[in-house]
Amino acid sequence: MHRTKVTIASDALDANTTIASANRSDFDREEVRVVNLMSSPGAGKTTLLERVLGGDALGELRAGVLEGDVQGSFDADRLALLHIPVTQLNTGNGFGGECHLDANMVRSALPSLPLADIDLLLVENVGNLVCPAEFRIGEDARAMVASVTEGVEKPLKYPLMFRACELVVINKIDLLPHLDLDVDRLVANVGQVNPEARCLLVSAKTGEGIDQFADWLAEVAGRVPTAA
Amino acid sequence: MHELSLSEAILGTVLKHADGRRVTAVDMTIGALRQVVPDSLEFYWDIVARDTLCEGAELRHTMIAGRARCETCEKEWELDLPIFLCACGGTARAVAGEEFEVESIVVEDKEDACIAQR
Repeated sequence: MHRTKVTIASDALDANTTIASANRSDFDREEVRVVNLMSSPGAGKTTLLERVLGGDALGELRAGVLEGDVQGSFDADRLALLHIPVTQLNTGNGFGGECHLDANMVRSALPSLPLADIDLLLVENVGNLVCPAEFRIGEDARAMVASVTEGVEKPLKYPLMFRACELVVINKIDLLPHLDLDVDRLVANVGQVNPEARCLLVSAKTGEGIDQFADWLAEVAGRVPTAA
Repeated sequence: MHELSLSEAILGTVLKHADGRRVTAVDMTIGALRQVVPDSLEFYWDIVARDTLCEGAELRHTMIAGRARCETCEKEWELDLPIFLCACGGTARAVAGEEFEVESIVVEDKEDACIAQR
């Protein structure tokens, strides 16, 4: 059998990137901006979304949520109570129980997303501080939640994730009086790993700092689409 | 710790370029900043490649060390820790170490292609 070497010289995630671009085109056509929200499990993504979507912080902006989980609709059920469009995407349902969302999974959810009725799609990724950073889904912006109970060294341990995001929401600051954590050091460590990242100090529980998060979402919603 | 996901992504990209031919080897370039453990990647590769045109294909790799260059003072350094804030206060970019590329693959020619060459 004759063998041939084929030069490819392409990113190994090329197959995913191609689908992400297709997603992006579809979002652009419907004039929907997309935020990919990531974090470790339990950092407070769903509570943050509840808080920012539950009040009038976003004003006239029409937001929807794509909820990624390995299984179950616990988070989607919570958000549906806010009477906003929520679509559940389970990676355990035909996607091998993946620990992250990828472009193909999001593509499969497109027909069930009410894109014509929203301006901003918030994608709550599967709780995981590693894999979601690798897979583009067709988003306009990537943000992450890091809670103060996770310690100050997370940015140095998971630089891939902290470098992938333009916004780091430091959540659960209501707990600071009970912790030994030096929040300034956490912010400094984010800055070491990703000097361009913006940090917001937030408590999804009390609502402190939520307006700044809402302002950032509104800023993303107003962005002019650039090529994916 | 994300090597399973990555090996699946590699498989998708390799199969796209293999164009229906059996693959016997895959050569990759992996940057240190990608936090990939090569042994783990090879372990998962063997599993995800099963029952595909890549079954039994060898996954080979070349590692690239991480390097940063400050955009302000242009100082360049090798990255031990992932620190991109320069001592001068400037922001540094990764100039090497973020690679995760399939450089080439080795494929078996299709039967009809061999005949055509004779």
